[in-house]
Amino acid sequence: MRSRILRVLRPGEQADAESEQQVRTDGGTSADRPQRGAADSDARADGGVTATADQPSRARRWLDSEFVKSLPFWLPATLLVGLFVYGAIGWNFVISLTDWTGLRQPTYDSFDFEMYEVFFRNVGKGGLLSGPHTQEYWALRNTFVLLVVFTVAALVVGLLLAILVDRDIRYENTFRTIYLLPMSLSFVVTAIFWAWMYNPDTGMINETLRLVGLGSLTQQWISDPQFKLFAVMFALVWQFSGYAMVVYLAGLRAIPTDQYEAAKVDGASLVKMYWRVIIPQLRASTTSAAVVLMVFALKAFDFLFVLFGTRPGPSADILAMMMYRESFGITNWAYGSAIAMVLFVLALGVIAPYLYVQFKRGEL
Amino acid sequence: MADTTDSRLGLNRIGLYAALALLVAFYLSPLESAIMTAFKTQTGFFETSPFVPPTPSTFTFDAWGQAFDRLEQGLVNSLLFTIPATVLSATLGSLVAYGLTNTKWRGQAFVLVLLVAGIFIPYQSVLVPLSRFWSIVDVASLFAWFEPVADRSGLVALAVTHTAYGIPITTLLFRAHYQSLDDSMLEAARLDGASIAKIYARIILPLSIPMFAVALIYQFTNIWNDLLFALVLVQNPANDVVTMSLTSLQGSMVGQYNLQMAGAFITALPTLLVYIFFGEQFAEGVAGGGA
Repeated sequence: MRSRILRVLRPGEQADAESEQQVRTDGGTSADRPQRGAADSDARADGGVTATADQPSRARRWLDSEFVKSLPFWLPATLLVGLFVYGAIGWNFVISLTDWTGLRQPTYDSFDFEMYEVFFRNVGKGGLLSGPHTQEYWALRNTFVLLVVFTVAALVVGLLLAILVDRDIRYENTFRTIYLLPMSLSFVVTAIFWAWMYNPDTGMINETLRLVGLGSLTQQWISDPQFKLFAVMFALVWQFSGYAMVVYLAGLRAIPTDQYEAAKVDGASLVKMYWRVIIPQLRASTTSAAVVLMVFALKAFDFLFVLFGTRPGPSADILAMMMYRESFGITNWAYGSAIAMVLFVLALGVIAPYLYVQFKRGEL
Repeated sequence: MADTTDSRLGLNRIGLYAALALLVAFYLSPLESAIMTAFKTQTGFFETSPFVPPTPSTFTFDAWGQAFDRLEQGLVNSLLFTIPATVLSATLGSLVAYGLTNTKWRGQAFVLVLLVAGIFIPYQSVLVPLSRFWSIVDVASLFAWFEPVADRSGLVALAVTHTAYGIPITTLLFRAHYQSLDDSMLEAARLDGASIAKIYARIILPLSIPMFAVALIYQFTNIWNDLLFALVLVQNPANDVVTMSLTSLQGSMVGQYNLQMAGAFITALPTLLVYIFFGEQFAEGVAGGGA
C-alpha cells in the first residue's frame, strides 16, 4: 500500500503519463504498461480525436485529463475550506494590523504591528522573573504550562491504559469503551461534572479524601489560585487520556509478538521489557498523539469558559480565553486578532514540523 | 511462561484486573456522582455523599423535568444545525478524498496538506473574521422571503461554518479508507471506460458505507459538543444551541447541582447514546483524526 501512495504522491507522475500518451497516439498499445490505467483511458479518449487531426489540441487534452475530471469532486469543498480557514486567517491577520475597536465598522486604512508590540511589551513588563505580571504574561505562561504538562500527563496515563488493556484481558472492549467515554462528552458537560467533583464541601474529590483519612489534603480546588490550573489539567487528562490510549494501542498492536517472546526468553522483567523493548518503538504513536493533544489543549477554551466565565484570573487564564475576552468582551478587535495570531503561530509551530515529516514519508 | 508459577501468574492477573477496575471507577466517577446528584432533592445532595444513591426521602425526578424545560429549545436548535452539518461534511469529505486519492494528477499532496492543516487550526484565530463574515453575509435578510430560515439565521451560519471546518477531518478519514481499496478493481473499471463519476457512484460509494458511519458519528459528536462557534455566531437567544442553554442554566442555577447535573446529562444524551451504540466507530474516528 505504501508504494501505491508514493506512486500517487510522486512528482513527475503526470509527466510520465503524458509522455506515454504521446507514444500511444502514435500507435503504441496499452499492453506494454498495463498498470497505468489513467493514461490508458486518456489515450483512448484522445484516440478518437487524433484519428481525424494529427495533433490533439492542448485544450482538449487538458479537458480530458484526470485533473480536470476530478475537479468537481474536490474543488468546491476545498474552496469552502480555503475561504473559511485560510481566508479567515488572512483576514484575521489584516484586522490585527489595524486599530479597530468598539462597535463601529473596521477601517482598513493604516496598518502597523502596534498590537503585537503592545502584546510582547506587556508580556515582559515588570520583568519576566520578578513581576508584578500582566495578563499577557500569565495567559502566555499558562498556555505553555497547559501545553506541556497536560500533554505529557495525558500521554503517560494513556500509555499506561494501553499497556493494561493490551495484556490479553477479558472484556477488553468494555474497558476500552469506558476509558474513551469522556472524550465523547462536550467540554460544557465535563466542566459542569468537574465543578461538582471539585466542590469543596460536598464534592466527590474532597469527600473521597476525607473517606480515606486524607482530610488534610482537601482543597478549594477551583477557587484557590494555587490549584486552579492543576485542577483544570487533571480534568482534561481525565477527558483525553482515552485518546492517547487508542493511539498507543494501535502502536502496540503493530509490534510483532515475537519481540515480547524474545524479551521473555531473555528473562527480562515485565517493566524492563516495556521500558527497553516496547516503549522505544512507540515513538511514532507518541508524536502523533502529542500533536493532537496539544491542539486539544489549545482548544480548552470551552472548559475554562464554563468553569470560570471569561475571567478565570491570572492563575488559569490562557491565550484562547484572553483573545475571546479582548475581542468579544471589551471589543478590542484588533488586539484580540493579534492574540489570535500568536495562538495560530503557536499551533503552527506544533503542527508544521509534524505535517512536514508525515508528508515527506508519504504517510498523509 | 515456563519460569512463572501458576500462583504468581494468578496474582499478577488479580493485580491487573484490580488496576483496571480502579481505573474504571476513576473514569466513571464524575458521571456516577452526577447521575446520583441529579436524582436527589436539594437537601439530599447537600447532606449526603455525592456517590451515594438517593434514599426514598431524598429521591426526586424534579430536576430532570425542570432542566428539560430549560434545554428543550436548545436541543431542537442543536439538532437542526448539527444534522445538516454532519451529513454535509461527511459527504463532501468523501468526494474530496476520492478526488484527491483515486485519481491521478500532480499536486494532490499539496491540496491535501492544506486541507489537513485545517484540522489543527485553533478556532480563536478565525473568530473575529467569522463574526464579521456572518454579519456581512446576513442570512436573515438574504432569506427574508422564507421565514423558517430567516428566523434561524444563526443556525444556518453554524451549519455552514461547521461543515467547512469538518471537511478536513472527514477527508482524512475517507482518504485512509480509499487508499486501502484494491487498486486493480478501479483500474479494471477505468479500462472498461467508466468515467470518474461512475467509478465513484458504482464502486467507491458502496464500499464507503462503513467509513460513512465513522465520519458521521465522529462529526455528530464534535459538532453537537461545540460551544465556541455558537457563542460567536448565534445572536438571537431563540437560536441558542443546547451547549449555550446548558451554560446559561449553570450560570443562573448557582448551587442547584441536581438541576445542573440533570441538564448536563440531557445535553450529553445524544452523544452518549451514539457512543454506547457506535463506540467502535467513534474510536476509529478518533484514531483516524490524529494519525
